[in-house]
Amino acid sequence: MKSSGTKPSTSKIRKFFKRLFARKIVIFGAVLVVVFVLAALLAPYISPHDPYKQNLKLSFAKPSAQHVLGNDELGRDIFSRIIYGARTSLAIGFVAVMIAAGCGILLGLVAGYLGGMVNSVISRVMDALMSIPAIMLSLGLGIIFGAGMTSLMIILGLATVPTYTRLMSAQVLAIRNSDFINAERVLGASNIRIMFSHILPNCLSPIIVLFTMNIGGTILAEASLSFLGLGVKAPMASWGAMVNEGYSRLITNPVFALAPGICIMLLVLGFNILGDGLRDVLDPRLRGSI
Amino acid sequence: MAYFIAKRLMQSVVVIFIVSLFTFLLAYLMPGDPVYAMLGGDITQEQYDMAYKEMNLDKPIYLRYVNWCADLIKGDFGKSYKYRMPVIDLIKTRLPVTMYLGGLSIIISTAVGILFGILAATKRGKILDTVITFLANLGAVMPLFWLAVLGMSLFAMHLKWLPSYGFTFPTEDFVKSVRQTILPVIALSVGAIASTTRQMRSSMLEVIQQDYIRTARAKGLKESRVISKHALKNALIPIVTLTGMSFRNVVSGSASIEIIFSIAGTGQLLVTSVLSKDVATTQACILIVAIVVSIANLIVDISYGYLDPRIRIQ
Repeated sequence: MKSSGTKPSTSKIRKFFKRLFARKIVIFGAVLVVVFVLAALLAPYISPHDPYKQNLKLSFAKPSAQHVLGNDELGRDIFSRIIYGARTSLAIGFVAVMIAAGCGILLGLVAGYLGGMVNSVISRVMDALMSIPAIMLSLGLGIIFGAGMTSLMIILGLATVPTYTRLMSAQVLAIRNSDFINAERVLGASNIRIMFSHILPNCLSPIIVLFTMNIGGTILAEASLSFLGLGVKAPMASWGAMVNEGYSRLITNPVFALAPGICIMLLVLGFNILGDGLRDVLDPRLRGSI
Repeated sequence: MAYFIAKRLMQSVVVIFIVSLFTFLLAYLMPGDPVYAMLGGDITQEQYDMAYKEMNLDKPIYLRYVNWCADLIKGDFGKSYKYRMPVIDLIKTRLPVTMYLGGLSIIISTAVGILFGILAATKRGKILDTVITFLANLGAVMPLFWLAVLGMSLFAMHLKWLPSYGFTFPTEDFVKSVRQTILPVIALSVGAIASTTRQMRSSMLEVIQQDYIRTARAKGLKESRVISKHALKNALIPIVTLTGMSFRNVVSGSASIEIIFSIAGTGQLLVTSVLSKDVATTQACILIVAIVVSIANLIVDISYGYLDPRIRIQ
């Protein structure tokens, strides 16, 4: 134990990662996520072809040395579209969950801290949102916000708000009357200060876990909506839409519908495993509840 | 118990009220003119004026909401301009289809999930546990529309073992009904099977470690009896709550499954009405589905309170 010493924060981080990656499967999950994130970030540099360039001569062409996964109906390179699809999935997943976490945390803090009537109203509104099945709620919101990437982020974000609100208000209720909060109050701290500098940091662990898990869930939801033709607009590459374009040729040209589906699975699997791993390290009590 | 049920019932009423507000506002929050939203673009000025009056657009919004609710209670959900018929008639024929498929999926997934969960927990660390846990993790991340199109292409299009579309109730033609529902029901169930298996495994593992199980073993009971008589009852309690959530997810999945297998259910109706901006039908679908899900959750919570006395005291 001589490696600690001058920089306690780095050793803390190192310890955290050591515990996180103690199980081999978590490394696997993290690698999956990192690979897809890198693919999404570097898409313009690593994709072999322009994902939007059409070449009708290559319509439904089988995989070849030039086009490793073949071409779609309009002759676009499927491998390049898969890489750009990672961009769409991750961008929507990440931003939507940011929106959900932002709104949900705020509402949950307010509901849990103020309690009483405010808590009842917020809780019932969240129950109402939760009683509408996710895809149905997204479809309903879709009528208001229309199609497209920004709308999808907002729609999927709003549909996920209740999970954060519930988590947050439950956490706040659990520590609201603890001694250190009461001490703050006696010292004259304002409600806002107590909420944001004392209660919020104490609830971070479950939020990080939920955040990771929800990105996977949101990516699945985006894929379903895009599959139904209610997601991102053409010609933007989306894995869900690609499955829809490709499945009629599944027997003759299986790669087209298989590849995007496998990518969805691997990416969501990555986030789920990572979320599981984070939960075990950050907050083992949550095992089974998230 | 009566107090608990009354309180829970009250909550459901409030939730349904809020959902009704939300669906009512859909027609006014969407961009464009609410009259066109209700009747579609191709109407004459006279029709427009009449609809404007009929929809009470000249009255304040809370009055419109009250009128809308009064109509709903009378069973009048407006008219679908896409299908050119009262929305209620559409719902009447389509809701039973979705409920039949959803109900069947819930029954199957709960039974299979419980079985898999028990097997995995009792064989913890063995190959069977690894296989089941792996499959459950796979099932949880598998996009169900993808699984459905794979199944359809393979078993219906390629091998021609099963029909690729349509729906028949078993009361009309049993064999045809079974053949048509196999693929959709499997696709709908996979996610729920995965979550039930995982929950069952972990709650079973937790229960097995309890003192009273050790006592049961110590007094010489057979292991199968310890599991089936003593452990199972307590391990099943969390599954009850999960069933409510699974039902919501299964109904959610019905949107893509019904589109893929051309099943005339509520999910398909909702998707087509959203695509054609048929607001009256969209409102009705969301409201009805939310009410059904709320009732299902109500039943789940009440049975939960019945099974676990700690819940009703809170």
